Order: sequence, then C-alpha cells, then structure tokens
Amino acid sequence: MKVLKIIAWIALIAFVVIQFFPMDYNQSETLPQTDFMLVNKVPATVEKSLQVSCYDCHSNYTKYPWYNKVQPVAWFLEDHIKEGKAELNFNEWDTYSDRRKNSKLRSIIKQIENGQMPLDSYTLIHRDAILSKEEKEAVLNYMKTLKDDLE
Amino acid sequence: MKKIKMSIAAMLLLTVSFAYAQEKDKMDHSNMKMDHSKMMDTKTDAKAEVILNDYFNLKDALVADDTKKAAQLGTTLVASLKAFDSSHYTKEQQSELADIIEDATEHAEHIAESAIDHQREHFKTLSKDITDMVAITGTKNTLYQQFCPMYDGGTAWLSTKEEVRNPYYGSQMLKCGKVQREIN
Repeated sequence: MKVLKIIAWIALIAFVVIQFFPMDYNQSETLPQTDFMLVNKVPATVEKSLQVSCYDCHSNYTKYPWYNKVQPVAWFLEDHIKEGKAELNFNEWDTYSDRRKNSKLRSIIKQIENGQMPLDSYTLIHRDAILSKEEKEAVLNYMKTLKDDLE
Repeated sequence: MKKIKMSIAAMLLLTVSFAYAQEKDKMDHSNMKMDHSKMMDTKTDAKAEVILNDYFNLKDALVADDTKKAAQLGTTLVASLKAFDSSHYTKEQQSELADIIEDATEHAEHIAESAIDHQREHFKTLSKDITDMVAITGTKNTLYQQFCPMYDGGTAWLSTKEEVRNPYYGSQMLKCGKVQREIN
C-alpha cells in the first residue's frame, strides 16, 4: 500500500507538472484568401454545418472548450488537429490543384456518407457537431455539385 | 480514500499519455529505405517504371483480397513516388507531375493504413493519377486500361495483362470489366 501511495503521489505531481507544458493553440488570427468559404459560394446552412462540424480540426482555428485545455487531453486533441489539417485544411482550399480538390471532395463525400466524419470521439463531446439527416444531405449535395463542376 | 482515488485517476491519465507519446515516437522512426536501382533503361524513365511496377503489385494484392500485402505495397509505393525525379521534363510537365505525385502519395499512404474497402476507394483515384503519369512519362511495356462499370459509377485501372482481373471486387467478381484501351 505504501508503494502504491508513493506511485500515486508521483503520478499526481507529474499530472500537475504537465499542465505547465506549453501548448500550441490552433488559433490563427487571420483568415487566408484561400479559404473554402471565400472561394466558393457556400449556402449559409452548409457553411454553418462545416464551421461547427469540420472546422475545429480542418482549419487553422479551433474553438477550445475548457476541458480541452487540460493535459493530457489537450495533447490528444493537438494530434488530431494536426492530422486533420494535414489531410484537409479548408483554410487552404484554393492552394490545392484541381486534381487535389477532386480527390479531397471525393474523400469528403465518402467519409460523410459512411458516417466516418465527423469522428465519433469528437461528436461524443461536441453534440452539436452531429449532422442531422437534412444537414448531411445539404452538405453532400453541395460537395457533389462542386465536384461535378471540376470534372 | 478520496486522495487515493484521485491519485489513481491521475496515474491512469498519465500512463495513457506516456503510452501515447511513445507510440508517436515509433511512428516517426518508420522511415524506410528502398532500393530500386536495379531497373535501368535508357529510353524510358526508370523511376516511373518502378512506380508502375509497385502499382501493379498493389493491384494484384487487391485482386487477391490481400489487405495486408496491399498495405505493405502502399508503403513501398510511397517510397518510390518520393524517389521520382522530374527534372528532365519540361516546366509544364514538371508541375503536372508534381501534382500527380503529391496526390498519388496521399492515396498510397491511405492504402498503407486502411481496411480493404477503403484501400479500394483510394486505389480508384490512384489509378487515375498513375494513368495521367504514364501519359507523360511513357512506359516500355504495353498496358491495358480496364474498366468496371459497376464499381462506384464506373471505375478504371491499369494492368499489364489483357485478361481482366478486377482489383475492386477481387474474388467477389474477379472477371468483371473490359479492356477500355491499350497503351503503347
């Protein structure tokens, strides 16, 4: 029991210490001209859906609830955001070539259709990020028209 | 008691985060070196041939429903795409090729870490990229562009053999498709 207690104390101290590790917040002040919303005429409803359900991990600006600032939760999140942005960054939409846009749109459509996006681990907490049937349809239809325009 | 509970909770969090950090490290070190120098042909682009070769191996793995092998070959393909050198092409071709390689790399990366359905989805776009690449680089072999009207509204792929072996359905519908056109 004594050993356990010591370990527990060390863990607790470490837990406190890691709170002081610097965090890189994904909160850019500027919105680049290449943003998806700026280069496309996105209907307001679709725009809202994308902002709420996608932009936290797929853009340079994340809205952090307080619990996402606690370590190690913040580290998990940081990695998700990094990965999400590497796959697709809506802020950089217009820097993608037509070939890449086409590829991205295909993936967006597939992932939303299959319910792989938004991630379950994300909607678990962000209940408002769950796309309703209508929202899903609106987003998918819009993405499909964009894709058709490219081909 | 309350203290112990708290400490245990903290410990759990900590273990998770350490395990996580370690895994992250592992991922960073998985850079593989590939030796593809054996293929040399003065007339055609040897590095493009390597890419094609990897692509065909990948296609065969998908035909055989072999997810694991397809994943490995996805990694191989990422490496050979990276090794591609477009410096002896025209400026215009270079930018087109860079675009193709970037896109293809992303699909190959996904194939390296996905289940078979997802691998096939990415293989579709990858096939388009590779076809566009061959249009620029050329190849010493005769290739067949084949087409399956059933998969995702109609989907093409490349093969070195004329007889159809469908990489999108594998054993489910092995011979579904037809030769659309011959390259070379």
